[in-house]
Amino acid sequence: MSDVETLGHATRGLAWEEPLIFERSRPGRTGVGFDPLDVPEADAVALLGEDAVRDDLPLLPEVSEVDVVRHFTRISTWNYAVDLGLYPLGSCTMKYNPRINERVARLAGFAETHPMQPDSLSQGLLRLMHALGEQLAEISGMDRVSLQPAAGAQGELAGIMMIRAYHERRGERRSKLLIPDSAHGTNPASAALNDFECIAVPSGPDGVLHPEAVAERMSADVAGLMLTNPNTLGLFEEHVARICEIVHEQGGLVYGDGANLNALLGVARPGDMGIDVMHFNLHKTFSTPHGGGGPGAGPVGVKNILAPYLPVPAVRKRGDTYSLDYEFPHSIGRLHGNHGNVGMLVRAFAYIRALGPDGLKRCAEMAVLNANYLLARLRETWDVPYDRPVMHECVLSDARLEGSGVTTLDVAKRLIDYGYHPPTIYFPLVVHGALMIEPTESESLESLDRFVDALTAIEREARENPDLLRTAPHRTPRSRLDETRAARRPILRWQPEGDDA
Amino acid sequence: MAEIDLPDNLHYTPEDEWTRLEEGRVLVGVTDYAQQQLGDVVFVELPEPGNSFEKGEPFGVIESVKAVSDLYAPISGEVVAVNAGLADRPELVNEDCYGDGWMIAIVPSDAADMEGLMDAAAYQKHISERQQD
Amino acid sequence: MRYIPHTDDEITRMLEAVNASSLSELFRTVPEKLQLGRPLDLPVAASEQLVLAELSGLAELNAHATNHDWFLGAGTYAHFSPSSVDAMASRAEFFTAYTPYQPEISQGTLQAIFEWQTMTTGLTGMDVSNASMYDGASATAEAALMALRLTRRNKVVVAGGLHPHYRDVLGTYLGGLGSEIVDGGRAQDGRSQLPSAIDDATACVVLQQPAFLGTLEDVAGFAEAAHAVGALLVVSVTEALSLALLRAPGDQGADIVCGEAQSFGLPMGFGGPHLGFLAARQKHVRQMPGRLAGQTVDVEGRRGFVLTLSTREQHIRRERATSNICTNQGLCLLMATVYLALHGRRGLRRLAEINLAKAEYVKARVRETPGLALPLSAPTFNEFVVSVPDSAEAALERARRARIVAGLDLRPYAEDLGPAVLVCATERASREAIDRLVAALAGGAS
Repeated sequence: MSDVETLGHATRGLAWEEPLIFERSRPGRTGVGFDPLDVPEADAVALLGEDAVRDDLPLLPEVSEVDVVRHFTRISTWNYAVDLGLYPLGSCTMKYNPRINERVARLAGFAETHPMQPDSLSQGLLRLMHALGEQLAEISGMDRVSLQPAAGAQGELAGIMMIRAYHERRGERRSKLLIPDSAHGTNPASAALNDFECIAVPSGPDGVLHPEAVAERMSADVAGLMLTNPNTLGLFEEHVARICEIVHEQGGLVYGDGANLNALLGVARPGDMGIDVMHFNLHKTFSTPHGGGGPGAGPVGVKNILAPYLPVPAVRKRGDTYSLDYEFPHSIGRLHGNHGNVGMLVRAFAYIRALGPDGLKRCAEMAVLNANYLLARLRETWDVPYDRPVMHECVLSDARLEGSGVTTLDVAKRLIDYGYHPPTIYFPLVVHGALMIEPTESESLESLDRFVDALTAIEREARENPDLLRTAPHRTPRSRLDETRAARRPILRWQPEGDDA
Repeated sequence: MAEIDLPDNLHYTPEDEWTRLEEGRVLVGVTDYAQQQLGDVVFVELPEPGNSFEKGEPFGVIESVKAVSDLYAPISGEVVAVNAGLADRPELVNEDCYGDGWMIAIVPSDAADMEGLMDAAAYQKHISERQQD
Repeated sequence: MRYIPHTDDEITRMLEAVNASSLSELFRTVPEKLQLGRPLDLPVAASEQLVLAELSGLAELNAHATNHDWFLGAGTYAHFSPSSVDAMASRAEFFTAYTPYQPEISQGTLQAIFEWQTMTTGLTGMDVSNASMYDGASATAEAALMALRLTRRNKVVVAGGLHPHYRDVLGTYLGGLGSEIVDGGRAQDGRSQLPSAIDDATACVVLQQPAFLGTLEDVAGFAEAAHAVGALLVVSVTEALSLALLRAPGDQGADIVCGEAQSFGLPMGFGGPHLGFLAARQKHVRQMPGRLAGQTVDVEGRRGFVLTLSTREQHIRRERATSNICTNQGLCLLMATVYLALHGRRGLRRLAEINLAKAEYVKARVRETPGLALPLSAPTFNEFVVSVPDSAEAALERARRARIVAGLDLRPYAEDLGPAVLVCATERASREAIDRLVAALAGGAS
């Protein structure tokens, strides 16, 4: 073994090994300093009582600022990110996150404000929130928007709660919700939080929902239908208008999952299709960053019939003055301790402002063009279970890999070696071994071509050298991780040596 | 798919469980087919002894890394014992599904329930038919 | 368009490749009558320079904690955040990454989550922590839902000191499930009364520590009362810094500890994004909501981290998931982890002591100032109620004219206290600002 391997911290050039922050701890180090106290010291034990005060803070490290910055900088290099390249996660819309959004969100007049400061001291923020609500309404064709939900799933929860409240106020107790078999898992989970029974609606052989399938299951006991359009196969639900009519005829309402709204910006609006309530994912469609799993923002938009049930507070405009309005007696109530993830609202507002109506439509057009271009080029080597014009994403299957012993998971892991984040895999559930690819409008032609070349090469490798795929990735700081071991004997925190859980 | 082991001395349910009558109690577990389908089992949730279940009622849950399945009572009766070893070693279901990977023992409340179960040949047929669907 | 790379020539070539004659033909599966057919009615595109100018203009219309002295807390706290917190959160590898579903290329995020889980368990005195919830209010609601599942009971008893917004969110979340919520009251000294409604139908008792009005609760007493009837104690924390000084809830009998960790380096940001957290006992881990990172090894035996116990979550268990939460507050968790690492076991404790000292100084000044009083006698951490001479509105307005945001007008929340302001003093409050605050609140009475 050479010196560089035994002594170096780097494994391959600039690739770092880095322990847990706790393992860097050295007694006596600190990463902060305080000025001399300008008020008398307070004796906690004397003031609060001995029983009320803790002795020690276990499980916090003692490290310097240098240690901390190096630690987190090093581990950051183990992440893939949009700023490193194509991130084709289907239904996640990993588009570029503009830096101006980050800059404006950090302005002290936004970042250093308090949610309970008087309305008179918050006019800039309230004005921004009011305007953003109106813009989202215009973009979606809905009448009113609440910005409070902190993520798509919370917006969805708000929507289902409003549907329940609407029926209850009419004296009806409807117990079921229709959910297509291609839906996101959050749909049934949100329904269950409202005590609704989920009825699956199968999509047709062409991958879209058919009016008959909905009509068969629609009844006076069904509160509504949850619909994702374009759906998770990337297909526009072309019968959406008729389907909404069927639901409405029996007194039901239609929920629109806005996860895939990026495909429709400036082209078509859920509100014009018959959707009664929908959520927006600002971290998908409106370029706010995903942050390694949030924070997102999931505003919810409604038609006027559901406006009385929106979460409180709402932002109201009277003349040139803005205020927070709590006077909605039929509201489902508050979903967030404050006003939602306002920092994300500021970013989305900056994005819409930067793009304008033409820019937003351009996003949809280029997102759809990119997805169709990928489909056209990948069709030669990969199985396309629903071979139709797609919107913002396309879905491949592992059907042509049969017999090679290679699975969709192996393909995904091999893509990592080529420098890509894998697509969404094994979803939607209606496609066996699905690879769901959403390039977004951020990718250039040459970026798409390189990605196609990688997937084409991997298809060849699957036939010629399947082991290469089954053991991938090979070029990452860690190879495949043992998820079974993690789940069988969960280790969910670090323990000092010698300590037992 | 690896070959499926289906001992002749057991009875089977359409939900991929096996039963074995032993000193007035019926031992219950999942079949070799079920454990192959699930993959690495990571967790088994079992009821407390003393609980009673109707035939077909869920009595527990079995989980792999990426899937969850309910376990259904193959017969009606009271649970008199559960395999505590699965709490720490769920892999026993993969390693020895007909032996150390057993799940619960039931004292049947209706002996006729046992007659509705399949023998190995019938269950084998059931699996083959399902795979063709 | 600066965010979109396509040139006209490339668009033409790509349209050829997909057999479309125009961009509009790409949307041929969208029925014509559903197409908008007009431009969206939005302001036209703006340059980066103009976007910055306009948003800066809006930002300037708001009072904020760098141009005012700040004593308003009530669940959102004006603490100082070291520069390296935002610097780390500004690394694109963290903020432009997705949820770490592919562990081999997400070890940075996963390791940070694992470190957060570790630190949170230490602070709360619990065994396991998840990878964040939306905010303290929804974390508290999720904790109550978890208790309903664990006990298979249907009633939630809420101590009087729970933040009113948290109480509202709890009501919203539980509203769809037909659960009963019973509210407790407040004793003379400001602490929550032990509710008589705690009985053998109670799934959990929800207790905030410190209480909304700043008073320190008898956590052990509530734990005893809850456990006596087989109920769980949920302790909700809005001022996470208090955990550095107060006995850990887990050491006082809490079964679930949840709340808001905005105090750990996150901007107040008009209320979000903040950082909900939820920690529990090992035996309850499978009923926890939200994501969990776990340690494992790779094929070569090297330590690594993955999301684990995922079968609890919506993408697998769907309608039977422990929660519908999907995206959470990942980047906020990273910021809090950096913040906690910087402070460490001694720095965080010292910071909490500084907060206590600042608050005690305000209280001492209030006691000696005619017209002002401390109506609640129970001990507090960094937040407390001050009675003012005339009306809270007038007192707050006097302060505002001195460029001080002095606290929360308690009239909508605790009218029985008379004219009163909820005041919070953090490490950012200087002695000079505190003296001006006291003078402004007292007005002519001093």
